[in-house]
Amino acid sequence: MPTPEEAAGLVIEPPVTTSVPPGQGVVHGLAYDAGGRRLLDGIDLDIQAEKFTVIMGPNGAGKSLFLRLLHGLIEPSAGSIHWGGKSLDDQVRRQQSLVFQRPVLLRRSVAANLEFVLNLRGRVDPAAVRAILRHVGLEAQAGQPARLLSGGEQQRLALARALALKPRVLFLDEPTASLDPASTAAIERLVGEANQRGTTVVFVTHDGGQARRLADEVIFLHRGRLLEQTPATRFFDRPTSSEAADYLAGRLVF
Amino acid sequence: MQDFSQAFRLAFELVFSADADLLEIIVLSLRVSLTAVAIACVIGLPLGAAIAMGRFRGRNATIILLNALMGLPPVVVGLLVYLMLSNAGPLGWMQLLYTPMAMIVAQTVLITPIVAALSREVIEQLHNEYAEQFRSLCVPTSKAIRALLWDGRYSLLTVLLAGFGRAVAEVGAVIIVGGNIDHLTRVMTTAIALETSKGDLGLALALGLVLLVLALSVNAAVMALRLTATRHAYA
Repeated sequence: MPTPEEAAGLVIEPPVTTSVPPGQGVVHGLAYDAGGRRLLDGIDLDIQAEKFTVIMGPNGAGKSLFLRLLHGLIEPSAGSIHWGGKSLDDQVRRQQSLVFQRPVLLRRSVAANLEFVLNLRGRVDPAAVRAILRHVGLEAQAGQPARLLSGGEQQRLALARALALKPRVLFLDEPTASLDPASTAAIERLVGEANQRGTTVVFVTHDGGQARRLADEVIFLHRGRLLEQTPATRFFDRPTSSEAADYLAGRLVF
Repeated sequence: MQDFSQAFRLAFELVFSADADLLEIIVLSLRVSLTAVAIACVIGLPLGAAIAMGRFRGRNATIILLNALMGLPPVVVGLLVYLMLSNAGPLGWMQLLYTPMAMIVAQTVLITPIVAALSREVIEQLHNEYAEQFRSLCVPTSKAIRALLWDGRYSLLTVLLAGFGRAVAEVGAVIIVGGNIDHLTRVMTTAIALETSKGDLGLALALGLVLLVLALSVNAAVMALRLTATRHAYA
């Protein structure tokens, strides 16, 4: 009997053995300028393959910008990003997916949104579409216009669309920022399962509780600089920077 | 006043008796304008999409030019097409002047900028919304254009209706290149102009009524499309 994930076709094939796993990211000397200001500066870090990495930091720290750079949606002003030992190009990006804070759904039905992305990677199997929608609890809404779904359902569809591509790396930019607790739990469960299946997850959140629940490792950004990259338990118990300590204590960080 | 009432009576009689001359003129008008709209779509929609999605030097100037061309005076278009198609013109060998084809060419020239400029606006708005997601998914340009055209279908249909409304109601271009020849190139607008100048208000009014009904139908269709789009959350 196949598992629900196998039935939904979400199980990732094991990577071809190379020296660097495809889900491992290496960032070196990363900087980004816009409008005459340096918004990110001197970021060096490694993102461990198949781990759950959470990016935290106060508003304006550059978290979403960093995520877009990691996925190659924008070009850095300086420095480099490699995934699986390769520079970021379309071939590498096809092994990645990004879920935005506000889901961008096509003006089509729920099933057609899923078919669109599956069609990008090959033939669309209606049974696979149904299985994926069942997996994320949207099978009954398959024929509905996607934009008529609730916020939580829209985000689940966006996540289903991202997972349907079987990404090695899954980026999420505050995907539960405007969702109720039940919808948040559903998203966390689906992302957690993907991580268990071997997908590297890079997750931006402001929610400390959520980060505690999910993270293997925490990256803390402040004013465009990397202040901490530590295992989650250590970050929450003994943050090394005063900015991170203030942030966790709910104090304003300037 | 008696003349007017007689004219109205005659007009209604012509319409409701399905007068053969009247029907011939209406059918030709629709054939010319619908063909012009179809050709304008084939040229205008991809052009609008390319300008909406492209980033090239002179893009803003192109948009300004395209927007300006939406206001092309029909008589000027008629004159230019006449010069091109007349025996002394570069396309004179095609012998199209004073044929329905010449009228189709003139209306196509008139409405292609409308279709291209308005579809550019529709597609650019949608593209701005989808661009980052499409980049993330590595959607090839051809598939992106098809997706934008499909997802913008309701708005684009209103663009086509706007083009049709402009084409079917114009008189200046088709009278110059068509010549308003009875049973050959006489369409509703040119017939109205001629019959009015002759004082035959009955036929002119009958054709005017048909044009008004067409204009109302086009606007009703636009409204219905917008309501449908909103109801299905595609807007």
